[in-house]
Amino acid sequence: MIKINNLTKKFGKTVSLNGVSIEFNKNDAIALMGANGAGKTTLIRLILGYYHANSGSVSVNGMNPIKNRQKILQHVSFVPQLPPPIKLSLKELMDYVCSSSDIVRDDIFHYAKEMEFELHPNLNKSFFKLSGGMKQKMLIAISLAKKSDILIYDEPTANLDPKARDNFYRLLKTDEQDKLALFVTHRIEEVKEIVNREIYMDLGSIVSDKNV
Amino acid sequence: MKNLFLIAYLDLKESIRARWFLIYSFVFGGLIALFFIAGITESQVMGFSGLSRLLLMYIQVTIIILPIFILITTVRSISGDRDSHILEYMLSFPISLAEYYWGKMVGRFITVFLPVFLAMVIAIIYGSVMGVAIPWAIFFLYSGLLFALSMVFLGIAFFISSIVKSSEMALGISFFVWIFALAFIDIALISFMLQNRFNEELIIAVALINPMEIFRVAAISLFDPELTVMGPVAFYILDTISQPIFVLISIVYPIGLGTLFAYFGYKVFSKKDLV
Ligand SMILES: Nc1ncnc2c1ncn2[C@@H]1O[C@H](COP(=O)(O)OP(=O)(O)OP(=O)(O)O)[C@@H](O)[C@H]1O
Ligand SMILES: [Mg+2]
Repeated sequence: MIKINNLTKKFGKTVSLNGVSIEFNKNDAIALMGANGAGKTTLIRLILGYYHANSGSVSVNGMNPIKNRQKILQHVSFVPQLPPPIKLSLKELMDYVCSSSDIVRDDIFHYAKEMEFELHPNLNKSFFKLSGGMKQKMLIAISLAKKSDILIYDEPTANLDPKARDNFYRLLKTDEQDKLALFVTHRIEEVKEIVNREIYMDLGSIVSDKNV
Repeated sequence: MKNLFLIAYLDLKESIRARWFLIYSFVFGGLIALFFIAGITESQVMGFSGLSRLLLMYIQVTIIILPIFILITTVRSISGDRDSHILEYMLSFPISLAEYYWGKMVGRFITVFLPVFLAMVIAIIYGSVMGVAIPWAIFFLYSGLLFALSMVFLGIAFFISSIVKSSEMALGISFFVWIFALAFIDIALISFMLQNRFNEELIIAVALINPMEIFRVAAISLFDPELTVMGPVAFYILDTISQPIFVLISIVYPIGLGTLFAYFGYKVFSKKDLV
């Protein structure tokens, strides 16, 4: 589903990705690990079409993520490393995500409930006024409601309490077939149950890639 | 298109809730109120009175402060969203960059234009309640000028917003642009260039590149030249170019310039790293 070929991305003198080649396929559930600054987020941003690579190529479902961003993003769910301080109310945010993608509003309510996040009383609240964990639950609910083939989570459980983490992994597990899931994580024990592939990065390169 | 309007609508709602918008609306509404309280419509100074005088004062103040208001509030709309990683999340949905950029632009335009325009409408309504004659020609001209003024500085603001990396940088550049446009108004330009013995045509041409100068001249163009303090550039321009043509230029040129800046801003936005 995702093919990365000799990909290099530099910011000024910093080489964030150094000739990375890798393939992610259907039914892969990947734990992407590595020290801070290893290039994990950079890799994800290249897959999502945010960055222009210095050299090499990315293809998602056979398409270039910059040229075909709309087509590709229809099939991708993404939860960022830190929930951004979006000023829209939850209701407005739902308007935005439902109108730009084919998300069904009731599905967001459904997954919010599964995540034990009370959506109804918070509908008119600004997103940035939610607690850190609530924000993450909301973004997770949206990501699941999108029913994408490609799920990308950049440390999604950082702010979640243990119970919420369990809920999140339980939902993912029931929903994993025929998909590609990519988790950036610093705690392998946490995702051991749901991943089947572990990739380590360091200094912009992939240092190990094993199926488990 | 559906998404473009959604983004415009959401941006509009977000702005209306923001504190800067409140201040912004109060400043321009307050200005009109102040003029009424000060009795500007009643005083007879230099031969013209009533609402025309009020509108002239309003537009003269607006030409100075509206640009900086637009610049500082808008210049952060894209660069601020980039700084705070909002852009990273919002653009992970299948929305085209054009819809996002132009939607933001449309939303911001409504936010900045409506308050300054409505303040003038309120003056007209209040004036007619008080039984003052309504200077319709001036009202329509000034509506057009405000539209063009909003457009040109919004375009510049969006351009800055997409070329710089951080919103602080964007803010700095905005101040510079504003001061620069202000400093090149009439007197400064004239005295500087006369000292250096440039010819008249060159001075006028340079003056006319600056949208702020154009607005200033257009704002007084409906008045009798004997009655207003216009300065040499304005006098020369209105003496050379016919008034209707100059008014047309004063609206079309800034709108075109703003659109051009906005368009280049879009090109940069869609070609560079997004986050
Ligand atoms: N927009 C940027 N501008 C400049 N340098 C950047 C940018 N983004 C990333 N970098 C640099 O690229 C390198 C890799 O960063 P990246 O965010 O990909 O790391 P990461 O593996 O996600 O780390 P973490 O575990 O801390 O999230 C770092 O040295 C970082 O400073
Ligand atoms: Mg990271």
